Amino acid sequence: MEQYSSKVMEHFAQPHNVGEIADADGVGTVGNPVCGDVMRLYIKVENNIITDAKFKTFGCGAAIATSSMVTDLVKGKTIEEALKISNAAVAEALGGLPKVKMHCSVLAEEALKSALDDYYKKKGITSPVKLSPDAGHEHEME
Amino acid sequence: MMRKVYLDHAATTPVHPKVLEAMLPYFSVRFGNPSNLHDVGREAKNAVDEAREKTALLIGAKSEEIFFTSSGAESNNFALKGLAQANSQKGNHIIVSQIEHFSVLHPVKTLEKSGFKVTYIDTDKTGLVDPAAIAKAITKETILVSIMHANNEIGTIEPIEEISKITREKGVLFHTDAVATTGWVPVDVKALGVDALSLSGHQFYGPKGAAALFVRKGVRIKPQLEGGIQEEGRRAGTENVPAIVGLGKAAELAAAEVPHRMSYVSALRDRLQKGLTEKISHLVINGHPTRRLPHNLNVSMWYVEGESMLLFLNMQGVSVSSGSACTSRSLKSSHVLVCIGTDAAVANGTLLLSLGAGNTAEDIDYVIDTLPPIVQRLREMSPLYEDMIKKEKVR
Repeated sequence: MEQYSSKVMEHFAQPHNVGEIADADGVGTVGNPVCGDVMRLYIKVENNIITDAKFKTFGCGAAIATSSMVTDLVKGKTIEEALKISNAAVAEALGGLPKVKMHCSVLAEEALKSALDDYYKKKGITSPVKLSPDAGHEHEME
Repeated sequence: MMRKVYLDHAATTPVHPKVLEAMLPYFSVRFGNPSNLHDVGREAKNAVDEAREKTALLIGAKSEEIFFTSSGAESNNFALKGLAQANSQKGNHIIVSQIEHFSVLHPVKTLEKSGFKVTYIDTDKTGLVDPAAIAKAITKETILVSIMHANNEIGTIEPIEEISKITREKGVLFHTDAVATTGWVPVDVKALGVDALSLSGHQFYGPKGAAALFVRKGVRIKPQLEGGIQEEGRRAGTENVPAIVGLGKAAELAAAEVPHRMSYVSALRDRLQKGLTEKISHLVINGHPTRRLPHNLNVSMWYVEGESMLLFLNMQGVSVSSGSACTSRSLKSSHVLVCIGTDAAVANGTLLLSLGAGNTAEDIDYVIDTLPPIVQRLREMSPLYEDMIKKEKVR
């Protein structure tokens, strides 16, 4: 396998924004333990601006690093800006990812979209988020 | 300075200083080609012959039954393809287990495409192959059975002696991949009753690049590398003399040290297993509880992922392997763990810790102190752990 960039290792060793937000305005969980990654992303929104983001992730080094990066990127953004954050942007901000780990950045994007979708639903607004059919799909553990 | 603990001997071992010392002259002053008749060539030929004798001695074989190759993978490819192709007039059926190394499984897949029929034998939850299942699978068309001596991931030692009783009775050739066992437990081709056996030097303190296939005298095998007289015409290519000399020396050392190695590493392994089991909850030991390689510990931990553990251990000087989907190209769990019925979710939290003669009790205690906080930290970061805790509270 290709080596991780120093930025990935930095975010893996000391991930930013780990944890939960008890009164989150949006929560999204994507991935599947069988495939090796599950991400849960929490957002706090005030006046249409994401004021806080936290995550919990089960996964490899890249999964943890992309979770850390996407929560960093999303803070201070408007909902509309957050919707535009792509997996490529997450990977780029990390100085690139090994090819076999690009799916982790996709998962980070999907976790964010799933949290935004949840935010719209909680607000009673029709969600403009297009979730991929697999997003949020979790196998039961037992 | 940070302690360095190497617990990945199943991947490779360091070259023993005595092995290196034996090899060095064959890079420089004794550089000859064993195929040449002059003194320089003869010197190299003698060295290869001597290594052949030492390798034969380690496994209770005759010198002329040892064919040097470049790797365990080559030995396995040579055995499966060479034995099947040389004996195809007798039948076209091959039997292997589902937990064989890919260097056995992939050649048999290729053979399947060229018309051979293959039966893949299941194992029980501990990774054991049932000899009765082999007996049942043998038909008139069966020409070859290949079951590994011990599994390289979970360490389970297969009942080779019992299987060979069946294959001999039925007149079927029997190959065993002994790459994981040679140098760690006694390996004797007569006691095992096998017709062919693969072994690899770098698995037991020899260099990379030298391995061997034992083929019992009188058994026909088709060369896979053609165009040279080397290895009695069975394997063309100028011999890797320094590496072969190293393999011979490693075999000589192993012949003397195996009983000590076994008791030494198994005591450390048991200490590690006990320490980790006591300190980490939701942990599963994979493989057979007793019929297991002495230096193998394969553990799966719920709610954490293997590569993350591996990376954090590495930051603290500890080298291990992970059996997680995320480290493999295919993003699939280990076929061995799938076969023994390990839950796919916990299979991704697997570490393979393989010990060596150079590890000390202090090394093991360091790992017992280092791994549990890593697991705890990753669990606190894991949504699966959070869900489990919430579920337990509801109960």
